[in-house]
Amino acid sequence: MRQLSAEDIEALSVGAWILGTGGGGSPYHALLSLRRFYNDGVRIDLIDPDELDDGDPIAVVSVMGAPLVFQERLVDSRLIARAVSAMEEHIGRKFKAVMPVEIGGGNGMQSLLAAVHLGIPVVDADAMGRAYPEAQMTSFAVGNLAPYPLTSIDPRGNEAIVGKTASWKWMERVSRKLCTEFGSIVATCKAPRTGAEVKAWGIPRTTSKAINLGRAVAEANRKHLDAIAAILKAESGKQLFFGKVVEVERRTTEGFLRGRTVIEGLGGDQGAQVQVDFQNEWIVVWCYGQPIVSTPDLICVLDSESGEAIGTETIRYGQRVTVIALPASPVFLSPRGLDHVGPRAFGYDIDFKSVFRS
Amino acid sequence: MKRIGIDVGGTNTDAVLIADGKVVQGVKVATTPDVTSGVAAAIEALDTAVDLGAGVDALMIGTTHFINAVVQRRNLTKVAVIRIALPATSALPPFTDWPSDLAELANGGVWQIEGGHDYDGRRFAPLDVAAARQIAREIRDLGLKYVVVNALFSPLDPSDEMAIAAIMHEEIPDVSVTCAHLLGGIGLLERENAAILNASLIALAEETIHAFEQAKSEVGLSAPLFVTQNDGTVAEAARAAEYPVFSFASGATNSMRGAAYLSGLKEAVVVDVGGTTADFGHLRQGFPREANAVVHVGGVRTLFRMPDLVSIGLGGGSHVDLNSGAIGPLSVGYRLSDEALVFGGNRLTATDIGVAAGLIDLGDRKRLAHISADQVRNVLRRCKEMLEENVDRMKTSAGDVTLIAVGGGAFLVPEELQGVGRVVRVQHGGCANAVGAAIAQVSGEVDQVFQGVTRSEAIASARKLAEARAVEAGADSESLALIEAEDTPIAYLPGNAMRVRVKIVGDIRSTRIRKSNKEEVTCQSAS
Repeated sequence: MRQLSAEDIEALSVGAWILGTGGGGSPYHALLSLRRFYNDGVRIDLIDPDELDDGDPIAVVSVMGAPLVFQERLVDSRLIARAVSAMEEHIGRKFKAVMPVEIGGGNGMQSLLAAVHLGIPVVDADAMGRAYPEAQMTSFAVGNLAPYPLTSIDPRGNEAIVGKTASWKWMERVSRKLCTEFGSIVATCKAPRTGAEVKAWGIPRTTSKAINLGRAVAEANRKHLDAIAAILKAESGKQLFFGKVVEVERRTTEGFLRGRTVIEGLGGDQGAQVQVDFQNEWIVVWCYGQPIVSTPDLICVLDSESGEAIGTETIRYGQRVTVIALPASPVFLSPRGLDHVGPRAFGYDIDFKSVFRS
Repeated sequence: MKRIGIDVGGTNTDAVLIADGKVVQGVKVATTPDVTSGVAAAIEALDTAVDLGAGVDALMIGTTHFINAVVQRRNLTKVAVIRIALPATSALPPFTDWPSDLAELANGGVWQIEGGHDYDGRRFAPLDVAAARQIAREIRDLGLKYVVVNALFSPLDPSDEMAIAAIMHEEIPDVSVTCAHLLGGIGLLERENAAILNASLIALAEETIHAFEQAKSEVGLSAPLFVTQNDGTVAEAARAAEYPVFSFASGATNSMRGAAYLSGLKEAVVVDVGGTTADFGHLRQGFPREANAVVHVGGVRTLFRMPDLVSIGLGGGSHVDLNSGAIGPLSVGYRLSDEALVFGGNRLTATDIGVAAGLIDLGDRKRLAHISADQVRNVLRRCKEMLEENVDRMKTSAGDVTLIAVGGGAFLVPEELQGVGRVVRVQHGGCANAVGAAIAQVSGEVDQVFQGVTRSEAIASARKLAEARAVEAGADSESLALIEAEDTPIAYLPGNAMRVRVKIVGDIRSTRIRKSNKEEVTCQSAS
């Protein structure tokens, strides 16, 4: 177990946003909130999954909804903490630690916000290794662990518990309906896990990974080095395309932000054009009708200058961006993993071919 | 058609007279600490050079005065901020993430009440009108005159902001209310930040624009006054005083638009070397390329659409150190004509180096006899490096670019630069910013909810409507161009509802200006 420093929190916000692959909501508001706590002297502990006892009850948290809505409703640490305590009341046990369902985006920091109020450590693991839009797109679902119960919290005093569902997909459908009704943003505590389950099916050390990524970017910018190169080096990534955003189309449907963006090549990619489709996160990159990369490979659209990640809800015309891919967690590369998070899980009838295995 | 364009910079106030699309005359005077006497002096200098006569159709002023006030933390007024979003968002109250010195100057008090809407147009919480009335009285008792109202999802449904603004007007005499939905889109904090900056600048803006009007009448000009905006359009003086943040970046926009106009080029890198800074921008289709999403103004996060600029401390007034060959970032600014060596002062500036190198002929060259040719070369080499490095930063591809060098300090830009195919200099380039002000365009905007049509149909209808409004505002229908289009779905309303915002700009149609001028002349003779 180690204590996270104020610098770790800053680096985490940068790294989590990159691992957000366009979604998960910008960590900016969570960072502002954490800065306020750190200024008041609060400190948060990060515990390695190997340090957990098999029987330890672990809370799994996230804020669900449409990233566009996060821009207005902001972040309230009391809500995510309430989602956990509502779950404690429901199951009649206290949690030993809390972990994020996804490291990508603002959710990579929500577990820290919950930890502040609950006084428990954060587990250095998640269930996506990135961000994904739906409940069944987790390593826990791939591991066939129980999808229920779930608590869903709204700031107006509405609290819902989903006691039981027949599958992860049913959990997604029911919890999404609640989310949409509550304004397309809710704080949730997902199905509780045991220490043993986290060790068996969690994706380990992703908070540390995000912090390292953030530190690499900060160092590159401080030394006026190429931030994109630093990211690629830190995570063995691949650069795919460099260009300028020439079109963005987005719509909010069924609680998701869906759409596409078209990028026109610059520099070495001059003359070429790619289209990036998204459902909260970047899902597929197309070049002249052919997919050149798709989920579960991590697709990141970065500001070419600063290396800062650009979200699906904020990308806009004229931005100069670099599209890169980072490797996915091995748990998603199995046939079962691809059933959950491969291109067909998002409605694209294409085979997954990792850019890291060509 | 005659128009005067004026740009008030940190060092110089430039003015040009444009008649029938041609620059007749440009003048340059020192910016004065009060800004306005420099403006009056510039118009007078113009009048001395070419008799302005009675035929001036419009006076267009671009100024960095308001953004400088934020950056330099002066002339800001305290603002009361009412956020309408409870029970949400209270964990991050107004002024979160502001630099503390700026927050101290602008924060007159923060109130949060229930209300606002959801993303789909439904009500989020009932609007707490009773609380608002109580708050209005508190604000009145505190003696605050500038109020910001910002409601949850107000860019989708501004009704709560308007209702609370009405209550403020009922309860507080002479109150000025800035509604956040008019200052920004989705993004509660950034929209609120823009609204607060705006409200805290209104007093200064009113005073400044009033003084501009006075300067104008002192020199006997009766033409209407316009203030240039960030996007290369103009706003009538009264509206500009209400929305000072919209003219934040107009100086840079003007100089780039002026460079495009004077050179006839639409794709190029522009460097505007002034007295204190050199600003680098990139022209795309004749307009400055815009910065990526978030723009920090004086340390405050906003979502303003601003030109993508790199600004470095290199200008005609920059201090020069002969030993190291270093230039800037300190500058003598508007005191150049007193402090530079060639003007009898004691400070070695980049202008002195330019004179010593024979790049420009100013003042008394004999006062530079002690500087060796090696020292001059050394300083100019450093200057060249600084220019090359920053031209490269503006590039988006590896090839050579065309560089348009404008501004009073453009003599510092050499003919040969690495990464630059050719350096273009233009007549009146020293006053490119004032030219940009003089050629500023008019706009037509639409912000409306469409139902029962496809996205492309909705945008097309909005575009038509905006074009009609631009023409009505005086734009030449041949010159219309779309500069902003944004659509936000409103899922809750039936029929695929979406809110569409479109902005169209066009060149001012000369007949319209003539006509309005005639009306004005008639008015004058009647009075």
